[in-house]
Amino acid sequence: MITLLYFARLRETLGLSSEQATLPAGVADVRSLTEWLRQRGGTWPEELAQDKPVRVAVNQDMADPDTTVRDGDEVAFFPPVTGG
Amino acid sequence: MPVRVQTEDFDLGAEILDLRRDNTGIGAVASFVGLVRDLNHGNTVAEMTLEHYPGMTEKALAEIVEEAKRRWNIIDALVIHRIGPLKPTDQIVLVAVSSAHRGDAFASCEFIMDYLKTRAPFWKKEETEAGAYWVDAREDDETAAQRWAAPSA
Repeated sequence: MITLLYFARLRETLGLSSEQATLPAGVADVRSLTEWLRQRGGTWPEELAQDKPVRVAVNQDMADPDTTVRDGDEVAFFPPVTGG
Repeated sequence: MPVRVQTEDFDLGAEILDLRRDNTGIGAVASFVGLVRDLNHGNTVAEMTLEHYPGMTEKALAEIVEEAKRRWNIIDALVIHRIGPLKPTDQIVLVAVSSAHRGDAFASCEFIMDYLKTRAPFWKKEETEAGAYWVDAREDDETAAQRWAAPSA
């Protein structure tokens, strides 16, 4: 299982703040995980489109498309940060 | 505890007194306080809400402070960031750094703030007369952070 978290505008547009998911076959990094989520249809393909400025963190560290995703990981999706 | 994420307000004077207490090696303290403004992109802001990613926020802030300690001769550093609902004139963020000399304190305080703006997982949602909307990231914040890309100290 992996834990998926969504924050800020993404949390609202996807209507979800967190979920548990079985790591799908063939998903091994952030790129393939994001592609798998896009296939859910509805608002997912648009919100996670490649031209959208979505940031991803794996186990609470900023990640890039090549970052490995393993069973047990916590993966978060969110817009660029706006604190301070 | 050099990093705090909290809903409560903070007292700059008390925090600095605590930061430099009993340390006779401190010759300089630099601090920055960020405030909620009442105007953003021409819309009047009535209230804003700060959301964050519990766990990653504290980790990201601690890493930024550690990076500052690697780059400058800092004696101590403190970061406080508020979350939850805030109104115009409210304090949002405090960065304070102590060092032997002012150069390290000034530079590292600005560095911590610039990195916080682009790396710590906080998001602002503003309530305005035109409705509620999530604040977009600013390109000049990224430009400001990139100035520090190469270690300068």
